[in-house]
Amino acid sequence: MDHSDLTQYLDYALIAMLLAVGFAIVRLRNLFAVVMLTGVYSLLSAAWFVSLDAVDVAFTEAAVGAGISTVLMLGAMLLTARESEPAGAKRHWAALAVVVAAGAALFFAIPDMPVYGDPNSPANSYVGMDYMSSTPNEIAVPNVVTAVLASYRGYDTFGETVVIFTAALGVMLLLGFGTGRREDDDDAAAGKAKVKAGKAGKTEDKA
Amino acid sequence: MSPHLILRVVSKLLIPMIVVFGFYVQFHGDFGPGGGFQAGVIIAVAVILYALIFGMEEARRAVPPAVVRYGAALGVLIYASVGVATLFMNGAGEPLNFLDYDALHPDQGHHTGQHYGILLVELGVLTTVASVMLAIFYAFAGRVPDIPDEEW
Repeated sequence: MDHSDLTQYLDYALIAMLLAVGFAIVRLRNLFAVVMLTGVYSLLSAAWFVSLDAVDVAFTEAAVGAGISTVLMLGAMLLTARESEPAGAKRHWAALAVVVAAGAALFFAIPDMPVYGDPNSPANSYVGMDYMSSTPNEIAVPNVVTAVLASYRGYDTFGETVVIFTAALGVMLLLGFGTGRREDDDDAAAGKAKVKAGKAGKTEDKA
Repeated sequence: MSPHLILRVVSKLLIPMIVVFGFYVQFHGDFGPGGGFQAGVIIAVAVILYALIFGMEEARRAVPPAVVRYGAALGVLIYASVGVATLFMNGAGEPLNFLDYDALHPDQGHHTGQHYGILLVELGVLTTVASVMLAIFYAFAGRVPDIPDEEW
């Protein structure tokens, strides 16, 4: 049994675990467990990407999917309930039909997929091989992913940075600047105390 | 005495290591997996862990929201100004290309300009990503001042 056979079984095991975690996320009502399981799902996908030799993607998935999104989801969960409402027992036939049709289309497309690692696959045969062959001469960095990302496609990465910046701008405009109030935060602590005192006063009024 | 003593001690040990690992990922991106985006997320996670364990007030004192706000814009500015700098640093008669890093350094044989350029734009990506992740966290978590004890 050669090396590739063994990694194949590792892939099957990881995909089976992904399926199990997916079903658990759908079935569970406890939101804390659901948030944690989405982190587990991301970590399993990251492990799978490593087994597919896509280390850069795996790293990003582990840092973003398992790390920061889990924490952001936990932060969002603090603002809402701890248990989700059970979905109604009504059968959603239209949704089932859409899912079955999409799944059937995906299975129909499987024979058209290139073999894993095929050098003549569309993803590899156009500029991919050019980047692989000319990176040592033109950029001289060992990691071709970095060369493509930061140099050959530097303009695209600039666009992505602007997109991330715009995302923060949107969140800040919708939810505030994270200072707990609208004004500038040069005397945030003093303002906080005032806000807290105000809140306490309100609750006392209600009581 | 704090009820989360073990958490506090362990995270105090872990946070510097997380930040150092973030910078390793940042500056080792040319040679192995990683780069500005992943490093930015890791550094943001270090601050978020600090905020979760020691409270939002402490985290806001360590990394003020104003810093985060300026950082998000500063990263984009760093990236863009590398591009503008390459426009002006090309010699006479050479084509003017935005983000053409070879113009940054005259040593064309070893592609030193490419290394400088990649390092600088990754620094811009790091600044923006770390600030943006923290900004989103502050915006969400800033609405709940502290995690109540019964939630632990």
